[in-house]
Amino acid sequence: MKRFAGLLVVVLAAAGVLWADSALSINGAGATFPYPMYSKWFDEYHKKNANLQINYQSIGSGGGIKQVTEGTVDFGATDGPMNDEQLKAYQDKHGSGILHFPTVLGAVVPTYNIPGVTAELNFTPDALAGIFLGKITKWNDPAIADANKGVKLPADDIVVVHRAEGSGTTYCWTDYLSKVSDEWKTKVGKGGSVNWPVGLGGKGNEGVTGTIKNTPDSIGYVELIYAESNKIPYGNVKNASGVFVKASLAAVSAAAAGAAKEMPDDFRVSITNAPGKTAYPISTFTWLLIPEKFSDAAKRDAIKGFVKWMLADGQNYAEALSYAKLPKEVVAKETKAIDKIQ
Amino acid sequence: MATTTTTVPSAGPVAGSRSFLSRLRQGDEIAHIITFLFAVSVVLVTLLLVFDLWQGSALPRHKFGFNFFRTSVWDPIFDHFGALPFIYGTLVTAAVSLVIAVPLGIGAAIFLAELAPARVSDTLEFFIDLLAAVPSVIYGLLGVFIVVPLMRQYIQPALKHSLGFLPLFQGPAYGVGFLTAGIVLAIMVIPYIISVSREVLLSVPRDQREAALSLGATRWESTWKVVVPFARGGILGSIFLALARALGETMAVTMVIGNTPAISASLFSSGYSIAAVIANELTEATSNLHYQSLIELGLVLFLLTFVLNGLARLLIVATSQRGAGMGNA
Repeated sequence: MKRFAGLLVVVLAAAGVLWADSALSINGAGATFPYPMYSKWFDEYHKKNANLQINYQSIGSGGGIKQVTEGTVDFGATDGPMNDEQLKAYQDKHGSGILHFPTVLGAVVPTYNIPGVTAELNFTPDALAGIFLGKITKWNDPAIADANKGVKLPADDIVVVHRAEGSGTTYCWTDYLSKVSDEWKTKVGKGGSVNWPVGLGGKGNEGVTGTIKNTPDSIGYVELIYAESNKIPYGNVKNASGVFVKASLAAVSAAAAGAAKEMPDDFRVSITNAPGKTAYPISTFTWLLIPEKFSDAAKRDAIKGFVKWMLADGQNYAEALSYAKLPKEVVAKETKAIDKIQ
Repeated sequence: MATTTTTVPSAGPVAGSRSFLSRLRQGDEIAHIITFLFAVSVVLVTLLLVFDLWQGSALPRHKFGFNFFRTSVWDPIFDHFGALPFIYGTLVTAAVSLVIAVPLGIGAAIFLAELAPARVSDTLEFFIDLLAAVPSVIYGLLGVFIVVPLMRQYIQPALKHSLGFLPLFQGPAYGVGFLTAGIVLAIMVIPYIISVSREVLLSVPRDQREAALSLGATRWESTWKVVVPFARGGILGSIFLALARALGETMAVTMVIGNTPAISASLFSSGYSIAAVIANELTEATSNLHYQSLIELGLVLFLLTFVLNGLARLLIVATSQRGAGMGNA
């Protein structure tokens, strides 16, 4: 027992030294989708800069925007860019703006469970919009069958499954459907939570997958990372150039590269339905939200240092965690934008 | 303070202020003040809660007024918020759970308190208390992995086949929905009903039973006609404890209810509850109106609980007077 007590004292003392050493701590909150990436980054960056500790709480994009606007955290993170109204609210409160920095990319894939069908299905934008609007109700509907010649689809009712809770995944999915279907745009719109015309809500990626596995003839959508790590089969989606593309990191980066040429200066861009033959159409950036003005110079320099590192060395950690890297053009543009943080 | 000094005979004929000081030294007055503050803090927290919910939901209260309770569209994109499907879902799932849990729970409690040998009763009570302490997310997992597939494959087709003429058991059955949520809730609240009811039944005075038995009643007659009515107030209390838990349950419900804000007569169809939608949407609510509408839903849930608890209290008062009357007779 005594030896244990002695060991405990040593450990505590060591922890105390480390604690005292980490003089600066920066707090952030927001999106859940990039959380594994961010925690890896903050951990690696802490190893390189022992006296800087970045804490991140994955409370959701809405919460991230809210907290950074209220000034309770030093930076935020979101899966859907802030809209003009939210930017104005920030400007009104702080007297200065807030900047978007894309960090990595992700994708959302359609997944399904049709008894007897093992082939990878092809989905056209019209088919996806029709199914989720509740207009296409049978699996053998021509809108689906025509893109899947040779696959015997049943005449059964389609069960739609969507995310129950607000999420960046839903934002990306509905952003895509809004772009490819005018009816979706006017009836449902895009957002983290929407008024679904049909379907069951599953909680989280795991809830959606669980419901799909349990329900014959169902279709839903999950993050690419989740589908990959859990070996869930998913379908191909027809992109803006008319090619059926299976989601992959390369196809997501291709979508980003297609959009990079027209990247606006504030980086608030949607890359769903992006141009390019190899581009996967349901892809998205995820962003850090960093205030333009910091009252604390030490924090400002620390954040600038982190963003610089994230854009260079940090990107190399992305693919191991199934996130797609930023295209070179975007990295160059963002590196310039770091100077806007004052 | 003047009134309290007269009630304590040991204070003697000294002046009020001095007796107050002396009692202060003995600790009575200090204990009185401190425990009084503790008691008051409960009221304060409740009021603060209502005030905060009221303040936090100013936008939707002004924009929708009473329509918030009457409309059933919940659209965060186009800013329409109606609470009706959530209120409906909360009440229906709670009702289904009580319909299942009350007979089962009270029956089990009667067995444990009156009929089972003491060792069996105490052993089972240990397990029941264990069940009551299981976190609700575990019940949710039980629901997702066991109850939902069972419902979809066996129970719902069987119900459709036998009782399908009732609107309650019609329409497509996916396994999730009001009925499944009600069943999972019932599993969750049964331990409360058993545990509290058993204690109440055990505390019924022995002479009540003996009197009934000596008048020639059978064991069951004495239990059903004397002991249970005597304990009625406490049993009702256990049911309302269960109701309160069922109304506010979040995690287990959202995992099995289907999360569709819709009103349907069929218990097979998927719905939504107030607690579930708040938990699901609050973190990603980006617009102020959406956020505040969720807060207003919290206020609605609070009021719902308040009203139902008030009714429960009235019911207990009414029936326990009758029960006491029978006890005195």
